[in-house]
Amino acid sequence: MSSRDEILGAIRRGLKRGPLPADQKAMLDGRLATHPRHLIPARSRVSRPEQIALFVKNVEKEFGTVERVPDAASVPAAVSDYLAAQNLEPRFVMAPHPELTALPWPDRPMLRFETRRARADDAVSVQHVWAAVAETGTLLFPSDPSRPTTLNLLPETEIAVVRASAIVGAYEEAWDRLRAERGGAEPSGGFMPRNIMFVTGPSRSADIEQTLELGAHGPRRLHVVLVEDEPAARTTLSEVADPRPLAAREPVARPGEIANPAD
Amino acid sequence: MVALTSPDFKRRAARALADPGLQKALKRGGSGFHSKRSTAVAALPEFERLREIGRDIKNHTLANLDHYLEVFERNVVANGGQVHWCRDAAEARATVLGICREADARTVTKGKSMISEEIGINEHLEANGITPVETDLGEYILQLVNEPPSHIIAPAFHLNREDWEQRFRAAHTDLPKDRVFHERRDIMVEARQKLRERFLAADVGITGANFLIAETGSSVIVTNEGNGDLTQTLPRVHIALASIEKVVPTLEDCTSLLRLLARSATGQDFSVYTTFSTGVRRAEDLDGPEAYHVVLIDNGRSNMVGTEFQEMLRCIRCAACMNHCPVYGVTGGHAYGWVYPGPMGSVLTPSLVGVEKSGHLPNASTFCGRCESVCPVKIPLPKMMRHWREREFERHLTPSTIRRGLGVWAWFARRPGWYRAASRLGMGALALLGRGSGRFRSLPLAGGWTRGRDLPAPEPGGTFMARYAATQRRR
Repeated sequence: MSSRDEILGAIRRGLKRGPLPADQKAMLDGRLATHPRHLIPARSRVSRPEQIALFVKNVEKEFGTVERVPDAASVPAAVSDYLAAQNLEPRFVMAPHPELTALPWPDRPMLRFETRRARADDAVSVQHVWAAVAETGTLLFPSDPSRPTTLNLLPETEIAVVRASAIVGAYEEAWDRLRAERGGAEPSGGFMPRNIMFVTGPSRSADIEQTLELGAHGPRRLHVVLVEDEPAARTTLSEVADPRPLAAREPVARPGEIANPAD
Repeated sequence: MVALTSPDFKRRAARALADPGLQKALKRGGSGFHSKRSTAVAALPEFERLREIGRDIKNHTLANLDHYLEVFERNVVANGGQVHWCRDAAEARATVLGICREADARTVTKGKSMISEEIGINEHLEANGITPVETDLGEYILQLVNEPPSHIIAPAFHLNREDWEQRFRAAHTDLPKDRVFHERRDIMVEARQKLRERFLAADVGITGANFLIAETGSSVIVTNEGNGDLTQTLPRVHIALASIEKVVPTLEDCTSLLRLLARSATGQDFSVYTTFSTGVRRAEDLDGPEAYHVVLIDNGRSNMVGTEFQEMLRCIRCAACMNHCPVYGVTGGHAYGWVYPGPMGSVLTPSLVGVEKSGHLPNASTFCGRCESVCPVKIPLPKMMRHWREREFERHLTPSTIRRGLGVWAWFARRPGWYRAASRLGMGALALLGRGSGRFRSLPLAGGWTRGRDLPAPEPGGTFMARYAATQRRR
């Protein structure tokens, strides 16, 4: 008997049954196909300007930095100024993503870059963010020919360009978008890229005396350039009707209630 | 398999208590974990409800474990990967070695993985001419000094800064001898430089898996350093080692458990890198591995299904139980003598290696219940430690003095009249003898208790039963 059969057999003996009957299998496959959401914390179920503000707050809480720019055309200047402020050379490796390659880089002729995967000696990367999650300030990078994974890992400094319209409240909304964009109706998970990284702040370790240090193996600096491509991103929080601080207003989802920000 | 020293728990625990370096490390680390977790939990009002959801997701998965493992396998294959089923540690070691040989591997980088400790893969690869390199900062130094981890998420919990400096100087002999480590950061930078070369040279990368997802055939790793991602991205071959209970049905199920994991472990809202790996590098991708293997390891878990220990298979390895355990807090992890320390280890170790070899562990508990109260998937750890004590007793593994003592107590307990008379006599005598200081520094037959602390003397005025009876009469 193969190891596979032995392991499955031992599990079934423990569960005091044989292989599942067809109707129960169908029920479980139905659960897989509908992949129901569970409770989603209410903290991200807020107005659009607040959602964007929550994203920024959480990136900064996790030791990332954020700069808001009014439009995509301002990104090269923001990158150039950031590198100068950090005393870094004006050169970087960039993701070959059309949204990045289409930017007006010649406006900043001092900047030197190549579009490719990262190598060990690259000091800075400019990466394209596919989606961002306000709940915890998390950036999502599905691997793709236009979004190499190594850009998130090898350079000491990662500059991540995020469109405000790519910010969602909770992780589950990003999964829905991934399924919708990449053919999630397939039953075998074919919509998944080779790898999808959820990145929350720069690399760190507390292995030495349980004391936090940034820049363990991945980037020591994570700088987010937030492109305000939707009106809500430009609304300052003081313009929002309810002036109380965000934390005082976070509604609490009651037990059993699905807090669905997309409702 | 790693050496098992659990039968020696008592001696090792005593040695740990007398080790000033270890005590310093334990004091420093413990309180940080507590406060960070409680802050993160307090900031999420739904946390309690999420614990119930986490428990239910895992229970649902375990009740249908065979089905979800089959679905997982099918989807790994559909996305270009391979699944290898292994009954025990030896089979898992042979499987990993076979994959490495097929890839002509000379060096292998490793992300942190407790199951890799359990199967003892490093020693096996080394013995067969392949160099394994641990890349998690804590695991890296432990490999340099040839020690096992003492904590499941903070492997070098037991070391102090001086230990790091001394061991790095001894190991990195190619660097200038007179270099100075001004801050902790300098230690980390040196490790980063040293490990960069290894990441780039490796032929195979081995990681663990925090979760496997049946729906998509993905393995998930959660790290803060980024070493796991470098390990699974740069080499030609990625091997994910996972025990069978890591599978969950869907991305949504996994997401709910992820909301619990980092908060319970380090008090972060989310770990820095949470990465879902599915299959091999796609046709046009510029990086990523060409081969993806999942080694599914049973090693005793299927025997827990359907027993009173099944609930232990819900564990997501956050380490909250050991971070909040008063016993772990003074002995550290090495005293437990196998891969998994603390309360979760005290339940899991007897299940996997046998209670006859690890009976001390479920006895090394005060039953204060903090482990259960912080467990993100609500595992009733104290209840299961009691189950192990019962099994030990049934199988006559309990030491004879304890058995005789319990026999005497049971004789009285079955005869309430005698019990009350004897306790009245005993309590009265103790109250009389102890009326001066209110405590006993030593007592015949109770040396085991009084060696470590005083025994409070009973208050004069009779036993609880006697006083209760008296109040009832007055009414």
